[in-house]
Amino acid sequence: MPLARILRRSDMQWGDQMDIMKIYETMDYGAAPESTDEANTWLAEKNRKFGHFINGDFVSGTDHFETINPATGTTLALISHATVSDVDNAVAAANTAFTAWSTSSGFERAKVLYALARNIQKHARLFSVLETLDNGKPIRESRDIDIPLVHRHFYYHAGMAQLMSKELPNRAPIGVCGQIIPWNFPMLMLAWKIAPALAMGNTVVLKPAETTSLTALLFAEICMQSGVPSGVVNIVTGDGGVGDMIVRHQDVHKVAFTGSTDVGRKIRQATAGSGKSLTLELGGKSPFIVFDDADLDSAVEGVVDAIWFNQGQVCCAGSRLLVQAGVADKFHSKLVNRMNKLRVGDPLDKSIDMGAINSQAQLNRIKAMLSSCDTAKMITSDTHIPNVGYYHPPTLIRDVETSDTLMQEEIFGPILVSTTFRTPSEAVELANNTRYGLAASVWSENINLALGMAPKLNAGVVWVNGTNFFDAAAGFGGTKESGFGREGGWEGLMAYTRPNNEHKKKADYSIQVTDVIRHISINRTYKNYVGGKQSRPDGGYTKQIMDPSNAATYDIPISNRKDLRNAVEAANKASGWSSSTGHLRSQILYYFAENLSARADEFATLVDVFKPNGISGADEVQATLETIFECAAWSDKFDGDVRNVPMRGLALSLNEPVGTICAFAPSEHALLGLVRMIASSIAVGNRLIIFPSEINPVIAGELIQVMETSDIPAGVVNILFAKHTDVAKHAALHMDLDAIWCEETASIVSIIEEHSATNLKRTWTHVNTSTDIREFLDHATEKKTVWIPWGEG
Amino acid sequence: MNISNTINRNICHDLDLDWVMSAKANQSAIERRASTLGTRRSVKKQFQAAWLLRAISCIDLTTLSGDDTEDRVRRLCAKAQQPLRPDLAKSLDMNTITTGAICVYHEMVPAAVDALSGSQIPVAAVSTGFPAGLSSLKLRIAEIEESVAAGATEIDIVISRRHVLNQDWQSLYDEMKLFRNACGNAHVKAILATGELGTLRNVARASLICMMAGADFIKTSTGKEGVNATLPVSLVMVRAIREFYEKTGYKVGYKPAGGISKAKDALVYLSMMKEELGVEWTRPELFRFGASSLLGDIERQLEHYATGAYSASFRHAMG
Repeated sequence: MPLARILRRSDMQWGDQMDIMKIYETMDYGAAPESTDEANTWLAEKNRKFGHFINGDFVSGTDHFETINPATGTTLALISHATVSDVDNAVAAANTAFTAWSTSSGFERAKVLYALARNIQKHARLFSVLETLDNGKPIRESRDIDIPLVHRHFYYHAGMAQLMSKELPNRAPIGVCGQIIPWNFPMLMLAWKIAPALAMGNTVVLKPAETTSLTALLFAEICMQSGVPSGVVNIVTGDGGVGDMIVRHQDVHKVAFTGSTDVGRKIRQATAGSGKSLTLELGGKSPFIVFDDADLDSAVEGVVDAIWFNQGQVCCAGSRLLVQAGVADKFHSKLVNRMNKLRVGDPLDKSIDMGAINSQAQLNRIKAMLSSCDTAKMITSDTHIPNVGYYHPPTLIRDVETSDTLMQEEIFGPILVSTTFRTPSEAVELANNTRYGLAASVWSENINLALGMAPKLNAGVVWVNGTNFFDAAAGFGGTKESGFGREGGWEGLMAYTRPNNEHKKKADYSIQVTDVIRHISINRTYKNYVGGKQSRPDGGYTKQIMDPSNAATYDIPISNRKDLRNAVEAANKASGWSSSTGHLRSQILYYFAENLSARADEFATLVDVFKPNGISGADEVQATLETIFECAAWSDKFDGDVRNVPMRGLALSLNEPVGTICAFAPSEHALLGLVRMIASSIAVGNRLIIFPSEINPVIAGELIQVMETSDIPAGVVNILFAKHTDVAKHAALHMDLDAIWCEETASIVSIIEEHSATNLKRTWTHVNTSTDIREFLDHATEKKTVWIPWGEG
Repeated sequence: MNISNTINRNICHDLDLDWVMSAKANQSAIERRASTLGTRRSVKKQFQAAWLLRAISCIDLTTLSGDDTEDRVRRLCAKAQQPLRPDLAKSLDMNTITTGAICVYHEMVPAAVDALSGSQIPVAAVSTGFPAGLSSLKLRIAEIEESVAAGATEIDIVISRRHVLNQDWQSLYDEMKLFRNACGNAHVKAILATGELGTLRNVARASLICMMAGADFIKTSTGKEGVNATLPVSLVMVRAIREFYEKTGYKVGYKPAGGISKAKDALVYLSMMKEELGVEWTRPELFRFGASSLLGDIERQLEHYATGAYSASFRHAMG
């Protein structure tokens, strides 16, 4: 027995023993701090001063600034603002590395990703402590949630690298990815960005948020130990100015951003017309819906995990509580009791529920947003709050009206606003009454109600009787102003690949015209087609065009923005199409093909008259009929699937229509190009407003009659004749359009990309280079992940 | 330990079936909450020592074996009166600590009462055809009366699981009320045998009914079922206790039993009680562990706290 040690301990703890009696009565928790020794040793080894990680090595930086521990306000280390030449060097290194990395085998890349996963796992505690020091989140969260999800993400994508060549034969890496990530989940967002990019053979230049760079720099060290080839991963630090350099850099081919909607909008504008691929994961104001038949105690815990997780600094935080009126008082009472039990303080303490807000600036933002709030409605937990560091108590604001800023704007802090609803449909209306569409949480013990809500909620992720479930196998991302693109799962790989036939111009239908031109001898009247009716354009003007042989003239309507407005309204009235069955849609498409086939010769003649592409009219009509058949075939087969997430239950990945799409038809293949857009978009339930080619509008004019006889419901397809440059901006600015399609070479591309930033509508500008209907269908759908935990008994 | 001194004892209430049938228990969500109970709170150093001492005071030190004898029970009673080695208790300044109760079969009650005479430690008797509860109702009630007559001041009854499984809530309520009345002044703990009730919803409903029928404690298990105390089951039961208190103003105690053998587990249970119900529910008046081997692990942990050296079981008196 180590007697000396016993004596020493006894002496030392005499005072403690006096405390024992007291604690025995009070049952206080006391402090349980996680050690920071290893993290401090690591920081000391770096002299608490960092540069950038470029081309496989650390380079010293300039223009240093302090990174602060938000729990104490003390400086942890000095971080460098990258210069233009730092960014140039990083991008150049990434470009150089791309050649070898993109052509390395999937197995080679899988080995590297596997090594990253393993090495992060081996240093999991160091990552966790460093994350908590720099970010302020409770050690429980960085230790049990963030970092485990990080290595899970690398393991999962090691598998994707391995499978790419066999499972994604039509996809190719994009190139250099500029990745800009936020401060709320520094390491997790790094993993979500880097793992899929590397798996698909891209190289990256990543910039962490300026307040949370440390774990990214530790990750850089892990890259050196894991066999990541030089230049494949580059990490530059600094503020938004550095991000801007990356976004605008001409040798960056893809930009991925997670952060605020305002910055996302600026990035959309900055990349407009640049040809850069873009994904944005932005803000949210996600509803947390509690029905009167929910397990209320469990729903209360759900709220804790929704809004008081990571101090509420979560893009998908359930920040809008919607409670069914009959249980509202009971639920709020339970919630306040629970809120008062939350412990706020030193995030390194293992008994802490909420740590520090990430920065003084963020704390100020939260307080400013609350400054206008009626304090009578505001309930703040009566929890002890430390007097140093950046803390905010858990807060509930009841009876907030939909018109209130606090109900509309993202607060990004531990503030929950609540209101009540009466019926399921009112819950849906309230839930969707937002510019955002990231996530939603639904609580009910009634399977009909709970599962029935999922398709009605406009959100990229729906959690049934749960909240904030994340996994590498399940897609995550938003609709509306919550951004576009998905992270995780197969759909996440779309953001880091392009079709590998993109640069092959189509040669499919390059048969020379041999037919004799037959003129249409009787003058024709062409009108717009809006809401199932032919209508004259608002302005009342038409334009005369001639066929290339100058043998005939045609009067084509000139539409303006009011015609566009009317068409959008007509399309939105046809929302029933989006919930119609695939079987119905396929029948209608087959019928459309049948009716077009009946006039095949006439359309073949028209194609031949205008022959902008040199393909025989008869061939183009046949190709068009086949395309409609293909879309009809997919209508009831473009299925979602089930994801293998580590949970008892299902994670469904569902294909939902994007909504209302506005398309500018290509000038080549006037019939095929037009019909391909129509058939693919309506096959999966979208409504469409399409502007036919300006060079050959006549085919569209004739097609209207075919559509009128094909049982396509009014408003599902709307055809407007216009000069594309007259209406492109108005379409891009329209808040009730969800997506815009046009061809890559059109002069309107940059107008569309820039102005679509207003409501962050999806844009697809590769319409003319894709011949793969599957790709059309991918762009016509939005992935929704629905998490359904189950089990009783 | 006289409960009536500090707690306003629960009474028999009317059966409120609307309330019973409205009970919800979402298993997945409850399991998620349960899985983080142990990771959201941590007590260290003197706090851990104090909490472990609190755990000792809540233990119903139990022997329920076919080979129980009076000598075996006397040894256990001695341990209940002096759960810690004297030098260890002294170094923690906790000389007067005892376990919450001794828990035995009816035939062992006289020996236990005798061995504990002069102490304040109550004798609890398992009863009503424990563990299956399938002997005749008349015999089950007589068993309670005999144990009370023999000096047991706490009676751990088993409910008829068939009433729950048949959804025969009226019979469950009536039976519990009979048991409660048979106990007289002795306090009654209702063992739900949750491992045999099929679902957490049934656990929630049975918990409410037993409390409506006057249970002083609700208890998870006999220790003889395939699955005994678990954290998800505990969450359901303590939430039912909370709701019962909010609606009626009566505080009912909770006793998880079976399978809790580690000091660390005891800490998690105590923090669950504190978080879900409050500090008052961490005291023996409203909280007990049904356990036989838990004390041994707590003794080892306390010795480690006091000396800094890891302990061994042979250094502590067996119970």
